[in-house]
Amino acid sequence: MTFRAYIIRRLALLVFVILGVMAVTFVVSRVIPTDPTALYLGGGRHTPEQKAAAREALGLDKPLVVQFGLYVKDFVRGDWGNSLRTHRPVLGDIMGFLPASLELILSAMALAVVTGISMGAFAAYRKGRLADHTGRVAAIAGVSLPSFFLALVLQIVFFRVLGLLPVAGQLSISVAREYPVTDITGMVVVDSLITGNWVAFWDALRHLILPTLALAAYCAGTTMRMTRSAMLDALESDYARMAYAMGVPDRVIVGRYALKNAMAPVLTVIGLLFAYALVGTFFIEQIFAWPGLGTYATISILNLDYPAIMGVTIIVALAYVTVNLIVDLIIAKLDPRVMLS
Amino acid sequence: MEFRSLRGVVKALNGVYLTVHEREIVGLVGESGCGKTVTGYSVLGLLPKPQAQVTSGRILFKGDDLLAKPQQEMRALKGKVISMVFQDPLASLNPVFTVGEQISRVVRVHHDLEKKAALEAVRTALQATGLPPTDALLKSYPHQLSGGMRQRVCMAMAISCGAGLLVADEPTTALDVTIQMQILKLLLRLRDELGVSQILITHNVGVAAQTCDRIAVMYAGNVVEEGPTADVLKRPRHPYTLALIECLPQGKSAEQLKTIPGAVPDLIDPPAGCRFHERCAHVRDICRDTMPTPFEVARDHWTACHWVQEKSGRGVGVTTGHEPGVGAAGVPFNRDPGIEHTAGGGPATGESGDDIRRE
Ligand SMILES: Nc1ncnc2c1ncn2[C@@H]1O[C@H](COP(=O)(O)OP(=O)(O)OP(=O)(O)O)[C@@H](O)[C@H]1O
Ligand code: SF4
Ligand SMILES: [Mg+2]
Repeated sequence: MTFRAYIIRRLALLVFVILGVMAVTFVVSRVIPTDPTALYLGGGRHTPEQKAAAREALGLDKPLVVQFGLYVKDFVRGDWGNSLRTHRPVLGDIMGFLPASLELILSAMALAVVTGISMGAFAAYRKGRLADHTGRVAAIAGVSLPSFFLALVLQIVFFRVLGLLPVAGQLSISVAREYPVTDITGMVVVDSLITGNWVAFWDALRHLILPTLALAAYCAGTTMRMTRSAMLDALESDYARMAYAMGVPDRVIVGRYALKNAMAPVLTVIGLLFAYALVGTFFIEQIFAWPGLGTYATISILNLDYPAIMGVTIIVALAYVTVNLIVDLIIAKLDPRVMLS
Repeated sequence: MEFRSLRGVVKALNGVYLTVHEREIVGLVGESGCGKTVTGYSVLGLLPKPQAQVTSGRILFKGDDLLAKPQQEMRALKGKVISMVFQDPLASLNPVFTVGEQISRVVRVHHDLEKKAALEAVRTALQATGLPPTDALLKSYPHQLSGGMRQRVCMAMAISCGAGLLVADEPTTALDVTIQMQILKLLLRLRDELGVSQILITHNVGVAAQTCDRIAVMYAGNVVEEGPTADVLKRPRHPYTLALIECLPQGKSAEQLKTIPGAVPDLIDPPAGCRFHERCAHVRDICRDTMPTPFEVARDHWTACHWVQEKSGRGVGVTTGHEPGVGAAGVPFNRDPGIEHTAGGGPATGESGDDIRRE
């Protein structure tokens, strides 16, 4: 199979997965036994006529299948319905909150991937030595501490005790007022960097550190453990022995020969960790008052704002499936044998 | 040579004396588990650390003790002067790099060459092993090649930097019979055309008979007999070699096949004295507590056995003639049980009488 055929097949699969997710969330939200019309109409008593009009406006009078078909059609056109709470388009709301989450998730994943892979590879190289044992303890700590607990500890240490780092929001209020950041990507760190707004950049970076650490710990620990075990297999393989027999330096054997082989399982795990981070950020955002998708999702859930809940769910599913597609494509690029199957 | 394992200390190698002259293929034969592979790993410094411990002995290569060499110096020798190919060519090649990438990587480790120049060296090496030096081959991945081609690619990698000594650990075992013959012929060609000395590790006496100039027979971590191929096979002296040749299946039906009574000893608790004494038809008292040392029974033909020594009319423990390992390099023989290789020098120097020995 060619690489292109492989991509097309994977994209087709992706569409089906998204449709499946939409079907499930759709049904679940319609089954929830509350009256969406009440939310739509706001507080107070409503006449049956008002209710019927609301039902029609919401499309609730049509058969479920038709409602779903319409939802998918609107979804593709970018019309994800209106929030029952804000009465604004769901997609617009989501796009407003998404960049902050993305900023947090991407920085946490980048940190986790870099530290996890390098520490894991080094631990495998120094198997049974001090570096390996230290790494193992660190990884277990990262994996076993709940992220919200770690977040609280970080807040106490770096804010309350040391007074080094801020613990709420993306920017200090004074900085936001005096050095406003032009909105380009919606990610404050990126936008301030692009526009050369150094004061805001530095301030945004400081705000990003603690939530990033809290979110990254679990991912880094898991990545490190996976990398270590995959690297051990690779370093004990026949081809590694052949390379040693040919006088290839350790640095090359570890950093190229073994690492490229060990990447497939590690990347697969990173894809799964991305899903963890997508939902894990919901907690972290609450703790650090981060204006992201998690905050939006929490409010929507508390308000049974089902178009918003569906929108968030689908965005999460879409992000997850896309990340996994990218992971699989990278694996296929790295390992020439994957294309055969 | 010992392995620290969970079950105890495996005394894997105990008396390995082996000499490889220039432009010579020495066969290392013996049953599974007798220490052939471990011997090969010792030469290349591939023993797993930290379990493996070399307790005594020397490996002399052109007079230098490889065991005493610092790691960096040893690494510079590996692949360039001494190299090795293994039993499973598919597993030995890195699955995610092309043939060209992995061989040129080895070339560039040892020579300061540009990518292009390195690729030329790769083509030359491929050609020397009978492979077409085409772009298509350079760009293919190991899994796309046949078994025989993979083993040739391994050999091309092993000789790509002009190695003078090649350790080939069962290079034909994983291949089918017709391909086996081609690979053995290739070994002969490497010897004749490039002057590559070789240690050919095999459990197949037939393979060794066809290919090797000299044969060393191993039993439970000892080389028990070593000499010119024809001599060793036609006039074996050591009781184990005698039994081994008796057991060869050639022209015999299944019922006629003989086996050596008893089993290979556990190397965690090996028998004292001669390690073969529990299974030996000629065992005498001294065998149970004293390890026999090798002595020359005929020109260049050595064996380590009390019985042979008695028969030959010499007193026990007395050896005559020059002792093994005293070659032109003038290295005195190490009386401790150990492995010894006298490795053929690389074609570059043309010197003779280089020694390698170790335990
Ligand atoms: N890593 C290790 N740890 C412990 N013991 C080992 C290790 N590697 C090898 N040995 C032991 O050393 C002895 C020699 O093994 P070796 O692999 O050299 O045998 P071999 O002659 O090559 O056999 P085969 O024909 O099966 O390849 C065996 O008894 C084996 O159990
Ligand atoms: S030394 Fe003794 S036991 Fe060993 S082979 Fe010779 S006769 Fe047999
Ligand atoms: Mg072996």
